[in-house]
Amino acid sequence: MIMVKELAKSIREYKRASIATPILVSFEVVLECVIPFIIAMLVNQIKNGCSIGVILQYGGILVLMAGLSLTFGALAGSTCATASSGLAKNLRKDMFYKIQGYSFENIDKFLVSSLVTRMTTDVTNVQMAYMMIIRTAIRSPLMLIFAFVMAFVMGGKLAWVFLFVIPFLGLGLGLVIYKAMPLFKKVFKKYDNLNSSIQENVKAMRVVKSFVREDYEEQKFGVAAQDVCADFTRAERILAWNAPLMQFCLYTVMAVVLSFGSYMIITSRGLDLDVGQFSALLTYSFMMLSSLMMLSMVFVMIIMALESGKRIVEVLREESTLSDPEDPVHEVPDGSIDFDHVSFKYSAKAKKWALADVDLHIKSGETIGIIGGTGSSKSSLIQLISRLYDTTEGDVKVGGIDVRKYSLESLRNQVAVVLQKNVLFSGTIKENLRWGNKEATDEEIVHACKLACADEFVSQFPEGYDTYIEQGGTNVSGGQKQRLCIARALLKKPKILILDDSTSAVDTKTDASIRKAMKTYIPETTKIIIAQRTASVEDADRIIVMEGGRINAVGTHEELLKSNEIYREIYISQNKAGDQDEN
Amino acid sequence: MKTKKIKRKGVVGRLLKTMLGFFPVLMPFTIVCILINAVVSSIPAVFMQNVISLVEQNWKNGDWNVVGPQILRLVTLLVVFYLVSLAAGIAFHQMMAVITQGTLKKLRVKMFNGMQRLPVKYFDTHNHGDIMSHYTNDIDTLRQMISQSFPQLLLSSIIVLTVLGIMLYYCLWLTLVVIAGVAVMLFVTRKIGGGSARFFLRQQVALGKVEGFVEEIMNGQKVVKVFCHEEETKEDFDKLNEQLFQEARTANRYANTLMPILNNIGNVLYVVVALVGGILLISGATNVSLSGLPIGISILVPFLNMTKQFVGNISQVSNQVNAVVMGLAGTARIFELMDEEPEQDDGYVTLVRAREENGQIVESKERTGMWAWKHPHQADGTVTYTKLQGDVRLFDVDFGYVENKTVLHGISLYAKPGQKVAFVGATGAGKTTITNLLNRFYDIADGKIRYDGININKIKKADLRHSLGMVLQDTNLFTGTVMENIRYGKLDATDEECIGAAKLAGADDFITRLPDGYQTMLSGNGANLSQGQRQLLSIARAAVADPPVMILDEATSSIDTRTEAIVQRGMDALMVGRTVFVIAHRLSTVKNSNVIIVLDHGRIIERGTHEELLAQKGQYYQLYTGAFELE
Repeated sequence: MIMVKELAKSIREYKRASIATPILVSFEVVLECVIPFIIAMLVNQIKNGCSIGVILQYGGILVLMAGLSLTFGALAGSTCATASSGLAKNLRKDMFYKIQGYSFENIDKFLVSSLVTRMTTDVTNVQMAYMMIIRTAIRSPLMLIFAFVMAFVMGGKLAWVFLFVIPFLGLGLGLVIYKAMPLFKKVFKKYDNLNSSIQENVKAMRVVKSFVREDYEEQKFGVAAQDVCADFTRAERILAWNAPLMQFCLYTVMAVVLSFGSYMIITSRGLDLDVGQFSALLTYSFMMLSSLMMLSMVFVMIIMALESGKRIVEVLREESTLSDPEDPVHEVPDGSIDFDHVSFKYSAKAKKWALADVDLHIKSGETIGIIGGTGSSKSSLIQLISRLYDTTEGDVKVGGIDVRKYSLESLRNQVAVVLQKNVLFSGTIKENLRWGNKEATDEEIVHACKLACADEFVSQFPEGYDTYIEQGGTNVSGGQKQRLCIARALLKKPKILILDDSTSAVDTKTDASIRKAMKTYIPETTKIIIAQRTASVEDADRIIVMEGGRINAVGTHEELLKSNEIYREIYISQNKAGDQDEN
Repeated sequence: MKTKKIKRKGVVGRLLKTMLGFFPVLMPFTIVCILINAVVSSIPAVFMQNVISLVEQNWKNGDWNVVGPQILRLVTLLVVFYLVSLAAGIAFHQMMAVITQGTLKKLRVKMFNGMQRLPVKYFDTHNHGDIMSHYTNDIDTLRQMISQSFPQLLLSSIIVLTVLGIMLYYCLWLTLVVIAGVAVMLFVTRKIGGGSARFFLRQQVALGKVEGFVEEIMNGQKVVKVFCHEEETKEDFDKLNEQLFQEARTANRYANTLMPILNNIGNVLYVVVALVGGILLISGATNVSLSGLPIGISILVPFLNMTKQFVGNISQVSNQVNAVVMGLAGTARIFELMDEEPEQDDGYVTLVRAREENGQIVESKERTGMWAWKHPHQADGTVTYTKLQGDVRLFDVDFGYVENKTVLHGISLYAKPGQKVAFVGATGAGKTTITNLLNRFYDIADGKIRYDGININKIKKADLRHSLGMVLQDTNLFTGTVMENIRYGKLDATDEECIGAAKLAGADDFITRLPDGYQTMLSGNGANLSQGQRQLLSIARAAVADPPVMILDEATSSIDTRTEAIVQRGMDALMVGRTVFVIAHRLSTVKNSNVIIVLDHGRIIERGTHEELLAQKGQYYQLYTGAFELE
């Protein structure tokens, strides 16, 4: 229920259309139910041999009513389309906006593919269910009640048959849903798994082919597909009872009405029931039963949509773990960074500390290298600086002010991070670079690219800076991508620049010239360079060696080479052969 | 969803034929049941006419005893018909459930199996999202069409025909009125239903755009955050979202108004039939009918009910228009994937277990640890065996991914068994391309590649690939345990072999520290592992396969140098006795190669050992000393 409330919040400007729909539908239903009544009267008039004038009179009324019913129906259809598509639009928008406000911690929680499904398939399911609710779910019970009342008005005692048939059908349909629903829930999960296994296969096709595992994959898939198929068939076979059930009830009504109806007409000499009513009764019975049928379908849809609704609300309810303080600081005074006994873990439940008691003070304008093995928490360390995560214990200060006091935007504009797992977006190179600074002039862009050694290859592209980057940046090489990402960060003109293993695919020479350019052109910017190669950090003012979430040593290249075991080991592993050659 | 025009012609026929092929017995049987169900559903009108005419004749005398037995006899007969119809109904609905899901499954499997046989080129040139949508969106539209639209269309058209027959049996004039009304309904369906289908297809396109955008942004969400680009992103999203809203609204408007319009045309038709009937009745016009019955209330009442039934069925059919249009578009795309040209393989040289007998290599059924190429010669019908050693030679190889755009020029090189060959060069120099040619992911345009002296075009692709191990830059792991992932390299490997391979690759250490060790479940391409750990696993996977030739394409790029030193020991152990092709960015990785080949723009510019190349003072030297950039 709370979930429905949460979803309903997104109706907003489509409230009018949402309310209008059931009202219009009610009018439509009333008219639809009155029409057979009038037709019954007409039939009786004809039977009694009335004049053509009377027939035309009735005909006129009926056509008018049909016209009105059509108008209401069409209007309802239109408002319903607006309301449901509108709700879907707002839900997508709300989710997207919400996700934009997520912190890194929130983002880590969701898989990308699951977010995409939530914003597409799940929203579509809710949209369909909403359409059903405001239209069919109103229409069917109303129709049921009206038709029932009319049947009593006309058929009198005969209408009692409905009191038996309708609960029977209702019960039957209920049973079908009750039996089928858990099966469907289960099988949809399996279906999702099946599809993700296909995705896995498509992505890993080179592996499949190089190990010649086509047959194995086929067999694996065949088993999974058979499993899904068996479950789906079981569920659908239960649902397949709906239509015969409905038919059975209709047939019962027909048989009863025909036999008892004619008995009543004859024994009462047409007083209790006449032929016109007789026919109308059959029409009503059809209306009632089919509205019950519709209702059961709506029910199934709603139940299926509930699961989707739940998944949507999960996204909407997720509160960002980071937010701006009440009275945020907007100015970052300088590029100094202080870690005061910082400890950090990725989630409160995690047993392992990603960072333990890190105490580190970096002066503005300093160049710091960070080196350490995989899993030594190099990235965790730098992600605290621009407050991508909050510390668990201790404080991080930038420019002498606790990072939690800044407005996130000001802080992140001054602390540029080139992430390890970086992406370019589909669009021209220029558009991508302007992410760093919307107002950047062409000259500034070229300048930043020159610093990042990107200009040389960009200008070789036939379309230069207007070259279109494909989704995921597939049409530039890894090294080129990294250099563009650096240029993008440089355009921010940050006080602190952090390169998280951002030149791993760039060759040593280019790597060196990027560092040289940064030293020359942005000397006042604090630079933090995470690297695998000692060569990338050799000329840093200080080098930090990380090991298992702790700072193992801090010093210059020469100092560490002399005093630090780990650093020396890394250095030698990278330079051993070279040294021998030089000797 | 692709926007390109899809040929819809012949799709229905092909689909039905395919389904008939899947269910040669069940399909016709189901159709028969639908026929029975439909015909019997139309019969009650006749009984009604009979009962009413009896009532009409007798209601004034009020004597039930006279007509009672007759009416009861009619009703009993009717009940019998009903039972038949019900039985047929139950049967066809049950069978339809089986057929629908069965067809979907078989199509899925057929697509999947066909896809396994497609060349790598297909996956390189098609968006993975598009490929996936064949299995999700397209199959889903098909489900609706098969399970609901097809039977409904069949059922409704038979009912319509039967009812039409009964109508003619009673009265031609009234039938003509109904036909005129139906013509109007069909016209409306064509106009509105067609419009609705068109907009639904457009809605799908808009949805695809939103999906693509969301996927891209979500994948780079952290970058969005780092650049404070949230507001701009929202703006872009709003535009696409609005577009989708417009299309969805229009499509649903069309779809939603169709039913009330048809229903009310039905109502008007009902009225018109009553009017015309009344006029005919009062004016005492002569009836034209197959039955020769005069127009009376006993004809008019069932006729009115038949009109209702008629109209109801026409609406049902119209209601399926969307499902059919979308379903056919989906089907066309499914067939498109199934019709893709599979990877060709004309190879006839196979890899067999062998042993040596008196200096001769002969085929062996037992595991011998020795393999040989079995080469049948068509000319003289003889078979020669060549020992599998891993000698790879390229002669003047030219290649281009697209015609007229050569990316490799005159590549010649050799790797003797047990040698290590390294490729060095900038991205795009053609390093990976050469490895793509070795295992025939792509075929060379000109030149020759020989494996143990045999032209690789003559070797069966599966056997060729069995003899080559690959560790790729992008690691791909599968959902399953760590053990299963390693065993992927050799399906009949024992646990000990797998653990041995992991030890060799230096992966054992971290695996044993995982919560469930080798039984730890991996999902989402090993999302719970670091990039380096994933690479270690993929090295272990290749190690367990134990091929004579290994290709390592940036296999250690994401392993930090310290770990790499550990892995390197494993790798060195792995490389012993194997021919190895290494591509690496780090020159430290390639130094100890037997030969280093420096590539630039698809040409070999230098070759030699590390020492030779340094002594040459060429590009490698400059690269090594950091004085030159290859790019």
